[in-house]
This record gives sequence, C-alpha cells and structure tokens, in this order.
Amino acid sequence: MNKIIYLDNAATTKTAPEVVEAMLPYFTEKYGNASSIYQLGTESKKVITKSRDVIAKSLKADSSEIYFTAGGSESDNWALVAAAEAYESKGKHIITSTIEHHAILHTCQYLEKRGYEVSYIDVDENGVVKMDELKKAIRPDTILISVMFANNEIGTIQPIKEIGELARENKILFHTDAVQAYGHVPINVDELHIDMLSASGHKLNGPKGIGFLYIRKGVKIRSFIHGGAQERSRRAGTENVPGIVGLGVAVERAFANLAERSRKECELRDYLIQRIEKEIPYCRFNGDRTNRLPNNVNFSFQFIEGESLLIMLDMKGICASSGSACTSGSLDPSHVLLAIGLPHEIAHGSLRLTLSEDNTVEEMDYVVDRVKEIVDRLRQMSPLYEDFVKKEEKREDV
Amino acid sequence: MYSEKVMDHFSNPRNVGEIENASGVGTVGNAKCGDIMRIYLDIDENHIIRDCKFKTFGCGAAVATSSMATELVKGKSIEEAMQVTNKAVMEALDGLPPVKVHCSLLAEEAIHAALWDYAKKNGIEIEGLKEPKKDIHDGEEEEEY
Repeated sequence: MNKIIYLDNAATTKTAPEVVEAMLPYFTEKYGNASSIYQLGTESKKVITKSRDVIAKSLKADSSEIYFTAGGSESDNWALVAAAEAYESKGKHIITSTIEHHAILHTCQYLEKRGYEVSYIDVDENGVVKMDELKKAIRPDTILISVMFANNEIGTIQPIKEIGELARENKILFHTDAVQAYGHVPINVDELHIDMLSASGHKLNGPKGIGFLYIRKGVKIRSFIHGGAQERSRRAGTENVPGIVGLGVAVERAFANLAERSRKECELRDYLIQRIEKEIPYCRFNGDRTNRLPNNVNFSFQFIEGESLLIMLDMKGICASSGSACTSGSLDPSHVLLAIGLPHEIAHGSLRLTLSEDNTVEEMDYVVDRVKEIVDRLRQMSPLYEDFVKKEEKREDV
Repeated sequence: MYSEKVMDHFSNPRNVGEIENASGVGTVGNAKCGDIMRIYLDIDENHIIRDCKFKTFGCGAAVATSSMATELVKGKSIEEAMQVTNKAVMEALDGLPPVKVHCSLLAEEAIHAALWDYAKKNGIEIEGLKEPKKDIHDGEEEEEY
C-alpha cells in the first residue's frame, strides 16, 4: 500500500484545494498592504473585512470582535497575558484545568512566576472538568477562567455553557481554547457566555500560521504586539492577507457542511472504536463517549509502548499520534492521560487517531487490522506481557 | 530521526524471545518511564555466551539497542561481554538521538544484570561487575527539554 492513511487531523489538516486557490492571487497579483491608500491596498483591506465577517457570523459575534493572529498558541498567550495585566487591579487569580494545551499551561506558569496565582482544576476519568471543584476555586480576586472547549488528545468536550454561566454570575472573564473544536462543533459565543475564544486555521483545512482571537466587546484587553494600527491597534503587524483569505474560505467551507461532515466522521469514529474494543484485548478507551469530538479516537494498549506502535504504523503508511513520553522527548507520558488517572505504563501505550471526512470504512478496516498485528507483535516482545501471561497461567493452575 | 541501522534493528529485531532455564536473566528499567529490558543468557561451561535473547517494552531505540546488544555479546566470553558498553552499542547502531541515549545505557545495564544473575547462581565473581541498580533512572539527572 503506497497511499498514506492520514489519521492525525488533530495535529494538522490538509489545506483544502479551494483554500489554496483562493489564497494564490494574494501572493503575486494582489499583494498590496492593506494599510496603503491606493487600490491595490484597499483591495487587501476588503478581503480582510470579508474574512472577518465570515468568522464573526460563524460564532454569532460581531466583526469588530475578531482579531487575526498567527495561530492558536498566539491567541492563547495573548488572551491570558493581556487579560491578566488588564485586570490586575481587580485581582491576580486565574482558574484553568489540568488538561489544557501547553500554550495555556506554560503561559499560566509564566504568569505564576510574575506573581499571579493559578488554580488547576482536576478532571474526572473521562476528562471532564470537575464543576464542583471549579465552583469552589472561585475567589473575590479571580479575574479569569480559561478552560478548553475540547481536548486535543482525548477529544472530550467540556461543559462550556455551565462554565460560562458560572463565570458570568461571578463577573469573571471566560476564555476558551477552541483550537480543536472550532469548525467541528457549533459554537455560539453569546449562548455559551464566552468572552474570549482562540482558534487556528490549520485545524479546519485552512493554512498554517493564521488564527484568531475573539474578544467580546467591552472586555479590556491590552495589545500584544505593538507597532501599528492593525487589528484596532491591538495586534500590530502587516496583515497576513493570503492567510486571512485562506482562513475565511476554510471557515465558510467548514460551517457549510458541518452537520453532514460531523455525522460522517462520527460514523467512522464509532466504527473504529467498536472494532478496536471488540478485537484487541487489554485496551482502554480514553475520553468521554458522548461529549466527544466527532473525529477523535484514543486508546491505550496495555504492555506496549506508543512510539514503537507509531513507527510500525508509519511503515504501513498510517500517520497517527501517541501520548507516549518517547514522542515528546521527556520521560513522562502525556499530562492529559495522567490527569484522567491512567498509570504511567498504560499512558505510555496510547494511540490517538483523528479522522477527517476524507477517510473511508475500508481505511478503518485496514488500520484496525494493522493495529491488531502490531500490538500483538509488540506484546510478544514485551517483558510486561510475558510476566502477565505467566501470572495468568499460574492462576489457572491453582 | 533514527539511523538506518536503528530502523533495521527495530523492524527486524534479532534474538527476540526467552531462553528456558537460562544461565542468567536480567531485567532493568521501569514501566513508569516507558522502558523495560529483559536479557536472557545461555552460558556454557567455558564461560562463553552460547545464546542470548531479549524482551523489551519501550520505544524504537529501546528495541534497537536491545537487539544490537544481544548481537554484540553472542558467542563472546564473559570478559568480552563486560566490554560491551553503551557507547559500543550506540556506535554499532550509527548513533542515537540525544534523548534516546538512556536506552543504550539500559542495554548495558541489562547485560550486566543478566551476568550478575549468572554469577550469583554459580557462586563466581566477575571482574568489574557491580550489583545492578534497582531502577535504571536512579541518580539520573532530570533534564529539561
């Protein structure tokens, strides 16, 4: 099989051909700076406005509330640091969860070093933030709650509306990192009481290097990049016009077929989950079964290590990801898998498969067959499995 | 990220398996850190390693270093096997990425642990052989990546 089967759409997605096509003229023909007075410049300005409108509409927000950034990590950094600074006079306490992306967690650590206090709320075994703990963590000096919309590793969707209401009642800003969710599940910022939302282009078949931060009107937030009047002077720098055009087309495309795509992905996802659970012994399904991203599958296979599994899948043309330590270059496996209570050795043997609408049932069958073979092969090599089998044999003898 | 040799030993590992009634068995590493290596030795009366097998739970580098280590000690005398250091294993594999160097240490420790088991069973002393560490990562400095 020469074709690759791409099952790592949570890492990045293929840029849609119509996105690339829409971007191309803005490199070589319509390359004007949107701040310039002549027509070539105003044309750039027009398409930026158009993209901004498309995005605003997708969130039921106002266009003036959308700020283009270089991507999800920048949006997360900006939301946290700038809000912390702007609301410093009210307090220096921030609440987040233990399973956030590092763009949030490392920014929180950065703020902690600068005198802010951060409460990290635990999650249950499905990866859902514990609401009672979140409620208890609220203090008079709490200025910000930041909880991700959906988790990038295990796909669990958080009770965003409840968190939003809680934040609103307590007059606390609510930010959500929606990098994995935006364009994949419907989001209405008013209904969910979201004050700030981070999103990224390349997770929804848009280009890399472009994203946005939604900031509700009235939220005091300082500029993050200084040096120009772009993005209402809050994010200076000549606009990435091709990127913004591409993002706009990607968003239009994602929302036009969201329900249909979701349905298809859920079907494939559930088929994959069902076959793996039925056919591979000693595995654990990770994440919430109901409140889950349509394209996320995450399993841990006992007695084996994730990196070995990934390399062997790659040899069979399958692109996947793992929460194993070896893929991250540290000795500890994924903080998300540890937070849902997996022991280290089981967290090391995890596999994340994130689908797209381009995948087929035939591909799922091929993938399960290969995973089965590889898991079996690695178990035959594993001293942990050997010990386990011997223990079982002894028990049977008794 | 891996050399061709590492990939070769990972995809076609040599000497995977167990040896029944082995002369010496050594297990090192811990599941918490994601790697465990077990080496079986079959040693004849002239102290020559007749056969060597391994089982490993770990990443690509862990499997490859185990495989290479078994190749390097097979047919050797105990004294020669004592010379198989983690550097020798690494060189034989055309190097390892820096974050994977501890895997080669694990291979060296696993051989030593198996030899230690053999020496204990036979009441002999092997020059330069120390009792294996309980945990391979003991005393290892925490690195920040």
